[in-house]
Amino acid sequence: MTTSAIAHEVTYLEAISQALDEEMSQDERVFLMGEDIGPYGGAFRVTEGFQDKYGEWRVLDTPLAESGIVGAAIGAAMMGLRPVVEMQFADFISCAFDQITEMAAKNHYRWGAEVPLVIRAPFGGGTHGGPFHSVCPEAWFFHTPGLKLVAPSTAYDAKGLLKAAIRDHNPVIYFEHKFLYRRVKEVLPAEDYIVPIGEAEIKRTGSEISVITYGAMVHVALEAAEALDQEGIDMEVVDLRTLSPLDTDTVKDSVRKTGKVIILHEDTKTGGIGGEIAAILAEECFNALDAPIMRIAAPDIPVPYSPPLEDFFLPKAHDVITAARQLAAY
Amino acid sequence: MEISQSEFLHLYYFLKLTRALEERVTTLYRQGRIVGGAYTSHGMEAISVGYASALQADDIIAPFHRDMGAFLVRGITPGEVLAQYLGKRTGPTKGKDGNVHMGDLKRGIIAFVSHLADNLPVATGVALAFKLRGESRIVATNTGDGGTSRGDFHEALNFASVRRLPVVFFCNNNQYAYSTPLHYQMAIKDVVERAKAYAIPGEIVDGNDVASVYLTAQRAFQRARDGGGPTFIECKTMRMHGHSEHDSAKYVPRELLEEWKKKDPILNAERRMKELGYAGEPEFQEIHMRVEREIETAVEFAEQSPLPEGSEALEGVFAANPVEVLI
Repeated sequence: MTTSAIAHEVTYLEAISQALDEEMSQDERVFLMGEDIGPYGGAFRVTEGFQDKYGEWRVLDTPLAESGIVGAAIGAAMMGLRPVVEMQFADFISCAFDQITEMAAKNHYRWGAEVPLVIRAPFGGGTHGGPFHSVCPEAWFFHTPGLKLVAPSTAYDAKGLLKAAIRDHNPVIYFEHKFLYRRVKEVLPAEDYIVPIGEAEIKRTGSEISVITYGAMVHVALEAAEALDQEGIDMEVVDLRTLSPLDTDTVKDSVRKTGKVIILHEDTKTGGIGGEIAAILAEECFNALDAPIMRIAAPDIPVPYSPPLEDFFLPKAHDVITAARQLAAY
Repeated sequence: MEISQSEFLHLYYFLKLTRALEERVTTLYRQGRIVGGAYTSHGMEAISVGYASALQADDIIAPFHRDMGAFLVRGITPGEVLAQYLGKRTGPTKGKDGNVHMGDLKRGIIAFVSHLADNLPVATGVALAFKLRGESRIVATNTGDGGTSRGDFHEALNFASVRRLPVVFFCNNNQYAYSTPLHYQMAIKDVVERAKAYAIPGEIVDGNDVASVYLTAQRAFQRARDGGGPTFIECKTMRMHGHSEHDSAKYVPRELLEEWKKKDPILNAERRMKELGYAGEPEFQEIHMRVEREIETAVEFAEQSPLPEGSEALEGVFAANPVEVLI
């Protein structure tokens, strides 16, 4: 940060815009594709003003056709460009499932073709979006070899992970949490930086219980940790940041230190990423565990619309506090 | 516009090479030497040979599984094809994938996946890259009549037309998608009618006439190169074998096959070349012998090639990724 500039806080959403802007201005291979990203600036205004700056072809409004968009982005990526596709909502990524899992994910394995593609997927609930504008679809892709998945929880990580994703030689799905867009902010470094893909971060150091989480739930975990601190329970919060490939070392180190673990995610429980983390810990950290592994996740239902229903659906700090008390007493 | 003697001899050679190679694939399959499925373009060789031969060196193809001729024209060798079929390390996918699932960007070939029409949106993206960079390259892509029922087909045609991308879509209409005849695939008579909905100029060509395919492709490619946007070319043909070599295709009326046998693309080409005075039996025989020798060499190469080690299965899921920090 230069001394003359007044340090100002940047929202999670602005951090995403900054990452796109900086990568586009320093690398002419980078271009954007998506629905309503041009003059309109995207459903969430992430690309507002971009078309004026970079032109119609580098900020390309597409027909409403997610499979076609992702397929085209794959083709452009194989020709040496660096497309960043915006899914208007992560929910619509299901329309592009085939291109992502069959084409993008398998090309390098099958015949050595690099697909340096980023798909931005605005995901998650808490905004009364209902069953088709709230989903956390990461587990569908977690099970697909050949894809990298990231899910930042802070403005710093949002910017650094998006830049790393754009510079990566592989297809990366970038899960940006809609609830965090304007709710989290911080002062960001003025200089160029990336957050390396594949590295989790301890967002709060603690000694008694590890919470393994990502996305908006990082803030739920931090809120719970503050409350538990008053009770003398010292909780560590591990933010995965990258979901695939998982930073299992950081997760295991934390659990070996604390001996107790809560795995927390907003996605529904069955078949979610938490199940895999629990299995890894059971296989590799069994002797370090002082209590059963606990999972907190949404119930196995579509994301409901009405506020009391959605509120019921989403995991809360209260759930973490209850689980932590049980573990502390174990 | 007529086709020159040297162009026709080139086309004829690749028709013969494709036929001979795939006949050998069928034989190897029946001998149980091919571990997976075997798919041929028997009787449809003129389409892939014709369109691929009309491309320039730095153009790209995004083919499908009836396009063996296009792979060969773009420089995949018969030895590589057979190595792929036998699961050998010397095949273009080093044993990772089978049959015609091959690609090599250095030779301008995008590998297809079994999900038909998936390669069409990918082709539009290749064309978009050319347009963004202001290059005068084009991309040719192909799928079957069945593939045109997929949403990806429609999404690709629409996007290509909206943005006037330099891509030419071919359809190998061989009248059957596996066992499903055309009239249960679509309610229209000609696949080319699908192009109308996207304001894409469409043409129907005799897919068993290599010269027609070649000349029609050339015109469409020039139009795309000149900024005129996409063209859709329906190539009418007949699938003379089953969907794959395990399939006897009993559901296809024998009379239909007899009728199409008379329109065999190699016989057609020979007739036309004789009419034009370009070549006769001695030349045909010479090319035949040359092709046979090449196939023998290819079989030898494939059979002598090593199989991959089992643990090589773990390699290549991700591209090696030196993190590029650009500033």
